[in-house]
Parts: sequence; C-alpha cells; structure tokens
Amino acid sequence: MRKLISIIISTTLTMLLVGGSAWAAKPSVGFIYVGPVGDGGWTHAHDLGRKALEEAGHKTYFVESVPEGSSEGPILKMARKADIVFTTSFGFMDPTLKVSKKFPDKTFLHCSGFKQSKNMGNYFGRMYQAKYLAAIIAGGMSKKGRIGIVGSQPIPEIIRHINAITLGAQQSNPNIEVEVLWINSWFDPAKESDAAQALIDNGADVIVTMADSPATVQTSKKNGVYAIGNDTDMAIYGKEAHLTAAVWNWDVYYLEAVKSVENGTWKAGSHWWGLDSGIVGLTSFHPDVPQSLIVQMNREKGRILSGTMDVFDHGFTKQDGTRVTKPLNDGEMLGMMYYVKGIISKVPSG
Amino acid sequence: MEFFIQILIAAVAMGTPLLFATLGGVISERAGVINLGMEGLMLVGALVAFVVMLNTGNYFYAVAAAAFASGIVSMIHGIVCLMLRASQIASGLALTFFGTGLSGLFGDKLMGETVEPLSRIPIPGLHTIPVLGPVLFNQDVIVYFSYICVALSWWLLFKTRIGLNIRSIGEAPEVCDSLGLSVLSYRFFAVVGGGMLIGIGGAYFPLALTPFWVDGITAGRGWIAVALVIFAFWDPLKALGGAYLFGLALALELRLQILGIDMSPYFLKMLPYVLTILVLTLVTIRNNRRGIQVMPAALGKVFFRGEKH
Repeated sequence: MRKLISIIISTTLTMLLVGGSAWAAKPSVGFIYVGPVGDGGWTHAHDLGRKALEEAGHKTYFVESVPEGSSEGPILKMARKADIVFTTSFGFMDPTLKVSKKFPDKTFLHCSGFKQSKNMGNYFGRMYQAKYLAAIIAGGMSKKGRIGIVGSQPIPEIIRHINAITLGAQQSNPNIEVEVLWINSWFDPAKESDAAQALIDNGADVIVTMADSPATVQTSKKNGVYAIGNDTDMAIYGKEAHLTAAVWNWDVYYLEAVKSVENGTWKAGSHWWGLDSGIVGLTSFHPDVPQSLIVQMNREKGRILSGTMDVFDHGFTKQDGTRVTKPLNDGEMLGMMYYVKGIISKVPSG
Repeated sequence: MEFFIQILIAAVAMGTPLLFATLGGVISERAGVINLGMEGLMLVGALVAFVVMLNTGNYFYAVAAAAFASGIVSMIHGIVCLMLRASQIASGLALTFFGTGLSGLFGDKLMGETVEPLSRIPIPGLHTIPVLGPVLFNQDVIVYFSYICVALSWWLLFKTRIGLNIRSIGEAPEVCDSLGLSVLSYRFFAVVGGGMLIGIGGAYFPLALTPFWVDGITAGRGWIAVALVIFAFWDPLKALGGAYLFGLALALELRLQILGIDMSPYFLKMLPYVLTILVLTLVTIRNNRRGIQVMPAALGKVFFRGEKH
C-alpha cells in the first residue's frame, strides 16, 4: 500500500514537473542599462525593445543607470531572476563574461562587445550604415558646408560612426568640413547642449550628435540650424531643426534572439545585423529636405540593401592622406581609431 | 577675443546651478549638517520647475515651486538626521536615491515636452563693460538672482545675529544649547533653506540650460557641488569663485578641442576633484600652523541635548 502511494505521489510529481516545464511561462528577460530609460536616446531605444518582449508575453526586468565601472553586482542579481540577460553598454562586457560563467544555465547577450563564452554572445547593429545615409541628407542641407558632431566617448564604435557620417556627407557635398567635439560622457544634457553651441559658434550649420540626450536638437532649434537625431526619433524636441534621426529598432533583434533561446536553437556567437534586418533605420524627413536629396539617399540605401556596397568597402582616404583601397572587414571596423579625410579635428590621444 | 568671451559666458552658465547648490550646501553645513542629497534635491527641483513651467509658462512660479518642493524633501533629511538622530551621511545618500527615483518616476510622462528657455536680459549700463559686461551682465534672471543669493547668504552668515548663531551651532552646539539657543530649530531651518537653494540650482537645467525633461538631467552636478562646498571653505563668496572655476573647467573641456589643444579628457574631468583635494590640503596645512580651524567643528556630528562630555 505504502509502495502504491509512493508510486502515485512520485508519478504525480513527475507529471507536474514535466507538465510544469512544458507549460512554463516564456523565458523571463532582464536588461542592464547604462542610462536612465527616460534618456530619450540610447537606453530609451533598448527599453522600447524590452516593451516589445513584454507585449509578446515575456516577463521582463530592468535596472537603469548602472555605472560601467560597477556593473557586476547588478548583472549578478539580474542573472538570479531572469533566464536571459541583455547588457546594453560596451563597458559591461567583462562583468557579463564573469557572471555568465557562474550561471551556465542562463543566457547572456552583450551589446556592442566582442568577448564570448558558451552561454554568452554579442549583438549589435550596423548603425554606421544608417548614419551614412542620414549624413547624405546632412551634407546636402548644410549651406556653409560645415557639419558639427557632438562626440560622446572616443571609442572605435563612435569613431566609426563619425567616419561614416563624413563619407556620407561627402556624397552630397564633396567639400564638406566636419568638426568633432567630445563631451567624454554618454549622457550629460547640459554639456551636450554647450558642445552644440560651441560648434555652431564655430561655423557649423548642421549638428549631429553621438550622445544620448536630445539636447543638441533643442540647441540647434534655438540657433536656427539643422540637427540629426541619435538612436531614437528626437523630432519632438525640435521639429524645426530635426532633419531625420538614425535610429535603433531593437525589438527586431530582441524578439528573434529570445525566441531562439526559447526554442533551444540559440548558439553563442556575434550578431552584427545590418540595415536589411531593420534593426537600424531613418525616421521621417524634415519638410525642407528636397526630393532630389532623398532620391540620392535612397539610391545609396538600395546599394547597401542589395549588398552591392557597404560604407567602408569601396576605398576612402584617411585623415593623414593614406588611401585605403581594400574593403574593411568587421575586425578592422571594430578597431577603427583614425579619422577619414574631411574631418578637421584630431582623434583625441586620451 | 570673441571666442574667449564665449568661453566665459559658457562658464557662468555651467557654473550657475553649481553655485546655487553650493550656497545651499554652505548654509546647511555651517549649521553642522552635511547634505549628500544634493543630486537628489537638484533633480526634484528640476522636475518640479519643468512641470510648473510647462503648465503655467511662468518662470517665477517654476522657480518658487522648485524651491518649495526641494525644501519639503530636505525636511525629510532634517527629520531623519536631526530629530531621529540618524547618520547624516546615510540620510543624505538616501535622499539622493530618493530624489533620483522620484524624478524618474514622475518624469516618465514628460518625455518629448519642451519649454521656452529663459532669454538673456542685458543690464543697462553694465552690459557694455568690456569682457565683464557680456559675461556677467548679459545673462538671464536666474543668474542675476544667484548674485543676490550670494550677497544675501554672505550677509546672513557673517553680518547678522542669526548667522552668528548658525555658525556657532556648527562649531559648538552644546555651548549654544546651554546659552539657550535651539540647536535643532536652527539646524532644521538651515537644512531646509539650503535645500531650497539646491532645488533652484536644479531648476536652472530645464529653465535655461536644457529646456526639456530627461531622466538624470543634472548628470551628477550635485556631486560636484558636494566637493565645491569644501573647496569654497564654507564661504558664499568663495562659492561664487569656485562654482565659476568649475564651470570654466566644464566649458574649457570643449573649447580646448576647438583650439586643437589635445588635453586628456580624464585630466579635465578629474580637475574639479583634484583642485578640491589640493586646496583643502594646502589650506589645512596653513591653518594648522596658525591654529585655525575652517571646517565647522561639529559638522556631521549628531547632537544630543543635555549630554555630558
């Protein structure tokens, strides 16, 4: 009798367990953000992706404003409750790697880095393609032939974007001058605004920002010049100035990545999605932008989408005058620490 | 020359929120209460100023509401560390987290809203003075108000009976208590009054510098102000110089790049803090030789009434 009971109990328990896992809720997803979700830029764009996951039925968590220098604790805590952890800043790479080894049954995905482990992969989008296209508009809209770029942190990713902008602007204005000011921070609205003002005072009439807040768009509006938004649509902060924005659509990737983990098809690797996936793109254009310029931009866009061209594959001249003729591979793009010709500032030595 | 003046104008603009926050910190710390909640109070001030500005379009209401709101929030600091006698450090830090969270929570709905930034009003007669005119006397009303606040708080602290009492309480609360001064009420009012000034510093962001709301709009300026209070040696006049010096460091970081001067960004970023440590060390050495103490002697110490020593 006792045996029978124990059999019944153990069968029930097994069924519950098996059934439980089969009916288990979709994997929960955690996000580690470097800025506040309300930054109106980089982190905000990731958070829109998180909301898409939430809508798809996933339980999601996030921690915002995590300093890059002390992110291990927050990542560790997140790994305890979420099945999949996305860490969304370059500086989170090493802590993510460390934590990933402690939680072999969880999946870790790090944005913009390169280090991997069995259960940690990287992901990013080819934002430089969208920046290149936006800059075709910027170059064509600059009357004085001078674009001012508010740089955030001088790392290869941002330098790559600045180069792509310069090459793009040269498509519509071969003599364009590009000046760069680094605020040495990802997010500092007052300083971003001051940098834009300094660039405008120095002759720029289109401002492109690499930083996370819409401050530069607002400052451009105040000065009656144009601006290109960064990461999210910033038109609401100054539609008079906002030509377009190169934006992230992270939901495209997040939904796909989480689904592959759910199906068990996920493998560690590096995903660097391009314009064709929809992960990056442009927002609607300012009414002042002439149709001819949009046509020119669309022609380049078509070439990138069809794979006949990429930004750094058809030869360009470095700032020091050396000519690069071979197409750059991903590794070379990820380590880019030099400016192309047309930029009048110097790469900071740090 | 034009370029040089632009740097100084930017330095004043960047220094103004620091100045208000530092003045607030000076008043509070002169009475013996450390306030590490400045970043949180500035954010509360910034949020409230923005919301009121958005709804009324009146700068005066916006500034007044910011001062009022951060005054209320700093009452928490007063109650916790004065009446309940908790650690001032812990309470101040908690205040920063509280203010950051609170502003983030209520600011969530404000994304995309913008207000008209304060315009510059030249002061007749004064704004034509070379260099100083455009730098100091062609600014917005909040900047002018900051000059008045510097003068008033200096006068209050060093020229009035109330100021003498505040300073004495920051030095020797037991003695003041035995003389019949209410240590707790003086300290409470110093904390709340200081908190109001800190809130106005926060209000300067959405009203003048960046006329929209984003989370964390002050980007750590409250922490620079914590250092500035020490740098200014708890003196409103030195706070003026200190705030503009730190504002200059912020403005220079960008303009040096325009001039093509390659200076490490890390060096410029640590400059405010290095300067604080350096000045503190030098002046402390000098004062130790002369036997003068500049830091309020009872700063950060919990006051127990009637306790024997």
